[in-house]
Amino acid sequence: MSLLSLRGLTKAYPGVVANSDVSFDIAPGEVHALLGENGAGKSTLVKTIFGLVRPDAGEMTLSGRPYTPARPGDARAAGVAMVFQHFSLFEAMSVAENIALGMEAAQAGRDLPARIRSVSAEYGLPLDPDRLVGDLSVGERQRVEIVRCLLQEPRLLIMDEPTSVLTPQEVEVLFATLRKLSAEGVAILYISHKLEEIRSLCDRATILRGGRVVGSCVPAQETAKSLAEAMIGSALARPVAKSHAVGGIVLELAGLALPSPDPFGTSLRDVSLSLHKGEILGIGGVAGNGQEELQAALSGERRVAPGMIRLRGQEIGALGPNRRRALGLCTAPEERLGHAAAPEMTLTENALLTGLTRERLANGGFVKWRATASFAEAIVRRFDVRTPGVDHAARALSGGNLQKFVVGREVLQKPDVLVVNQPTWGVDAAAAAAIRAALVTLAAGGAAVIVISQDLDELMEISDRLAVLAGGRLSAPRPAASLGIDEIGLMMGGSTVKDAGETHAPA
Amino acid sequence: MDLSTLDPIALIVSLIIAATPLVLAATGELVTEKSGVLNLGVEGMMVFGAITGFAAAVESGSPWLGFLASATGGAVLALIFGVMTQYLLSNQVATGLALTMFGLGLAALIGQPYAGVKPPPFPRLDLPLLGDIPVLGRLLFSFDAMVYLSILLVAAVWWFLARTRGGMVLRAVGENHDAAHSLGMKVVPIRLAAIAFGGACAGLGGAYLSLVRVPQWTEGMTAGAGWIALAIVVFASWKPWRVLLGAYLFGGVTILQLNTQALSLNPALPAGAGLIVVGLVWLGLALRAGRPAGLALAALGLGAAALAFGLAAPRFQIGSAWLSMAPYLVTILVLVVMSRDRARAALNAPASLGRVFHAAG
Repeated sequence: MSLLSLRGLTKAYPGVVANSDVSFDIAPGEVHALLGENGAGKSTLVKTIFGLVRPDAGEMTLSGRPYTPARPGDARAAGVAMVFQHFSLFEAMSVAENIALGMEAAQAGRDLPARIRSVSAEYGLPLDPDRLVGDLSVGERQRVEIVRCLLQEPRLLIMDEPTSVLTPQEVEVLFATLRKLSAEGVAILYISHKLEEIRSLCDRATILRGGRVVGSCVPAQETAKSLAEAMIGSALARPVAKSHAVGGIVLELAGLALPSPDPFGTSLRDVSLSLHKGEILGIGGVAGNGQEELQAALSGERRVAPGMIRLRGQEIGALGPNRRRALGLCTAPEERLGHAAAPEMTLTENALLTGLTRERLANGGFVKWRATASFAEAIVRRFDVRTPGVDHAARALSGGNLQKFVVGREVLQKPDVLVVNQPTWGVDAAAAAAIRAALVTLAAGGAAVIVISQDLDELMEISDRLAVLAGGRLSAPRPAASLGIDEIGLMMGGSTVKDAGETHAPA
Repeated sequence: MDLSTLDPIALIVSLIIAATPLVLAATGELVTEKSGVLNLGVEGMMVFGAITGFAAAVESGSPWLGFLASATGGAVLALIFGVMTQYLLSNQVATGLALTMFGLGLAALIGQPYAGVKPPPFPRLDLPLLGDIPVLGRLLFSFDAMVYLSILLVAAVWWFLARTRGGMVLRAVGENHDAAHSLGMKVVPIRLAAIAFGGACAGLGGAYLSLVRVPQWTEGMTAGAGWIALAIVVFASWKPWRVLLGAYLFGGVTILQLNTQALSLNPALPAGAGLIVVGLVWLGLALRAGRPAGLALAALGLGAAALAFGLAAPRFQIGSAWLSMAPYLVTILVLVVMSRDRARAALNAPASLGRVFHAAG
């Protein structure tokens, strides 16, 4: 008998049907994967199950009884718990307070810290209830979310992209916990883009595309490729091969240091690096280890001492973003809406924002709108950005399309050095492949590219050399071909994991 | 110069009375801001509370009914702001500024017939026995009920925020409204409640001005007190007890400068004395925390120099406008110095402050 069964769930938003007639069952103790590209309707579906979204049609039953949660409290009371992709944590509050806030008042008694300690010990997830969440690593924050769920003794645990922020070693710890839970009869609804993980962890998978269920399978009997093709509904583009000559040094970082203004931020410490023409340097690491700070230092959003950054021997550390662009250093930050692109402005206007200098889009202070529009159109054409026209607001584009626009905008400016942060984060497989291909082509043309990413598979695929940011320090870059995933994982965890439970020897 | 007319106990008593409107308004604004809402309309709500309280007290003859009316008036005005910002998603800064102007104008209109009217007196709590203790009796037990209520309010707000689940939820909403929403907390109703509470407190503060401190109605009588209350919340790093300290500091400097003017003292005397006190406190804190104490020593040295100058030239005078500026200047200076360590100040600031919340999905 199934624990949770969904029958004909439908939810429409203005202009888009997020879920259409979705039906499937989850058995007790089953680890059930929910697969699909971005926009396939996974988030809406789990929000429906957790009581954050009310379906337009369809019904759910939990243990045979009708289940209609009107709010998350109802879902929790019924034994459904959820670990969010973007953690629902409060940085300035302690672990115990965070956990209490996610429980019903009656459950969060005075003995809560003791219960946190015992549950976290039982499942191998060490946590100190008194620490501020803002001081925890990303992996530890996820533990807070999971322990919060476990304390409510759930029958169904929903996990939305739980491993995208973890080191490979942390993933193993998480999987051990999930398997233990599953053995105790807790059902797990598991959402992830990482197909290999799904193959090793999940008992069954339901595949969503365009809001509909298009199939179900036993992941262990499939290959990652066949799963991906079932998700996108067509054959996957082949990854591009790396073959390009590496030239002289174009960008040098020497002892780059940058204190973080944010109390929970990471300060860069003694980051040194030589970047060659025609190479792609991958920078891996768990989120929050200095990626954003490095991005800001390279783009010129935050200035450092002149000599800390040299472009072709010229000291540029104290120059701002526009001067650096003029010299040939372009950047594309992580946050698409609000940082890389202004949401309410049109694609043409967004093209102007970074293309102004290098594409000479202004004359004596007056914008050359026609040239700007044709620059924007060139980006749209070259990078297959799906949009009705360049006069549409950036906000209207889907994540993948906007990301193609953001990366394309820089690539078309023919930079000598391009820095991209999380170029394919939250982008569907087809768009991600196109973006990676564009980066490889750019490097093949003689430019140097720095790719900051948390996606190790991506870095392994396109990087010539790989370095890891941990605690604001950058490891020495090493040829990507000589590195194994385990080795990188150790480099990532080396100086960030603090708990005795899983301290690794530094690589 | 006649220093013998200076009664230190009277000074402290008038300091506390001068500070009480600020304590009330700033404590209310602290709760509003802790929920993540920046309401810049404190001045408007205070002056509106001042006239509704005044009018109700005059018409009914009961100052208590006046205070009740002022709290209601402040809360109603605040809820206009609440509906605009929480349901209609208007910009909090612009709406707050508009609320101040609206409150000032509306209060002036309602207040027309009340200019020059005397409100019913608000009696001091003359506690038998306790009030008769020499020095302490006057210092601790000679106030009206609102002074004690304002201190109780600070204590209650501290207890609520630090010790209760409701306070924890309020802080959570102010810290990260998206996360709070995803955990099923009702962000908008919680914020509306906090906004209304802030308005009620500001209204009480205004009524204390018009019914007790002054006591009469004049147009625009809050004279910037609302803005000072806003500044005190920041200076206090959103901590209730520091709000009390900040308000008493502002009240203290106000009373000092008034007395300096009245007695034709050399302003270097109180300034020097104040600097020495601040320097000593600061030195103690720095030594205890093991931090460098250079600035504290500088304050001590400057204070000593000012004191010496004041004693050497007791007849030295400066324009009274400079003296009237002093409370504002001192509050701003202390504010800047105390939030010098930006990282620590940011730790207590509600991270969602002033951000529009719009539930998606």
